[in-house]
Amino acid sequence: MILINVSNISKTYHTPTKEVIALDDLNFTINEGEILGIVGTSGCGKSTLLNILTNLEKSDRGSITSSKSIVIGYMMQNDALLPWLNVYDNAILGLKLKKITTKDNLAYVDNLLKKYGLYEFKNEYPNSLSGGMRQRVALIRTLAIRPNILLLDEPFSKLDIDSRITISDDVYKIIKELGITTVLISHDIAESISLSDRIIVLTKRPGKIKNIYEVNINEETIPSKRRNSEYFLELYQTIWGDIDHVS
Amino acid sequence: MSPEQKKYLANIRKKDLLVKFAQIFLLVTFIISWELLARYEIIDSFIFSSPSEIIKTLINLYNDNNLFKHIYTTSIEVIIAFSASLIIGFLIALLFYIFPLIKRILDPFITMINSLPKVALGPLIIIWMGANVKSIIFMALLINLIVTIITIHNGMLATDADKIKLFKVLGASKKDMITKLIIPSAKNEIISALKLDISMSLIGVIMGEFLSCKQGIGYLILYGTQVFNLSLVMCGIFILLLLSFIFYESINILDKKLAKSTIQPLD
Repeated sequence: MILINVSNISKTYHTPTKEVIALDDLNFTINEGEILGIVGTSGCGKSTLLNILTNLEKSDRGSITSSKSIVIGYMMQNDALLPWLNVYDNAILGLKLKKITTKDNLAYVDNLLKKYGLYEFKNEYPNSLSGGMRQRVALIRTLAIRPNILLLDEPFSKLDIDSRITISDDVYKIIKELGITTVLISHDIAESISLSDRIIVLTKRPGKIKNIYEVNINEETIPSKRRNSEYFLELYQTIWGDIDHVS
Repeated sequence: MSPEQKKYLANIRKKDLLVKFAQIFLLVTFIISWELLARYEIIDSFIFSSPSEIIKTLINLYNDNNLFKHIYTTSIEVIIAFSASLIIGFLIALLFYIFPLIKRILDPFITMINSLPKVALGPLIIIWMGANVKSIIFMALLINLIVTIITIHNGMLATDADKIKLFKVLGASKKDMITKLIIPSAKNEIISALKLDISMSLIGVIMGEFLSCKQGIGYLILYGTQVFNLSLVMCGIFILLLLSFIFYESINILDKKLAKSTIQPLD
């Protein structure tokens, strides 16, 4: 079932000296419950697309329609934890800003903290946590508002390779368990294949859709295992060939 | 604790001690040589005064019930100028942050006023506001306000763009954005503004007192110069040194208190 329909989205940026076409007539759907990967070289308009999806920017043309009201959970490469708030207050930030700190929601945050091994750290401040733990707090903050669509903007790119793979396993399990529709923006093809059900490859600027691939790896296995499948390598090479590499 | 750790800590303590000792040594040497040079008439104690003369003057001021009157006057003026600058400066910085266009329009004027030597406005201020406390506070505000505005405004502008984005996606209201993100992010700059503000206020108040007043440390110094009582002048300067130290340290203590309640990132 289609959750979001993106049709004919275009966006041009204006500067005093030139016009830059960031996105050129994008058409795609986001299906309910899927993890949709979007890959492309830097500057292909991935971030612009996310800004339009989150309503931070308006597109010049086209429309985004959804089949039901959506609550967006947004996670980026910078965990954006507030250093003056402890883990708990960071985790409930979204609830506070949306003014929905109900007993139910707070209990849900407690559960998430316990589940992801952060409950005993809830009074700690972010600067005393490891990169992986910080990113997990950011994830709990994102999940606390019970989003029905997750937008992940290069969420692991600042982590070292080890925590990157563990965290992406964790995040994958959580997303699949909760069944949240997810858009994963990444320049890392391997990461995108290991997590996504479907992948959209964007061309270099102006961003257009080059190809869309179904990722036919057994959904049950976790990303670190998915990386071992033969199909993974095959798809990796196909997408690698698709991408306009900046030399 | 391992022996290495102990050695390391002992080393740190040794260095700290050395620094403290050197500081006290410098100060004491300075005071003693000044006193000796004056006593053996190598320097003219009428012009340069001497530590013992300064202490005598201090005691006389105290006995005449004048010492605390002057200190009180100057302190109150500094505190008023400091608080006014902080409140007004903060509000203007906030206004500039919320309406950047206003900042852009006013920018050249702010730069002009900021680079103008404020003391040149002294005579005008006295004519406009009279030779009273109002002129002194106004002079101090002229000196400290713009720096306060610029420092706090810059702190607000330095807010992490990703965090602003996060707040927007989470549907934060303008008020939440300001109170829960922009102001806490600017905390360090607000503290720097406090530190700048307190020293600028003292400068401004003394400058104001030089122009128009009947009491205060500035008056003491000016009066001392007029009657050529250089010990009184030195005494005033000595009190000013102490006052500025106390003011500055109070801000430092406040800073440490705040740092404890809101932990900053290591980087």
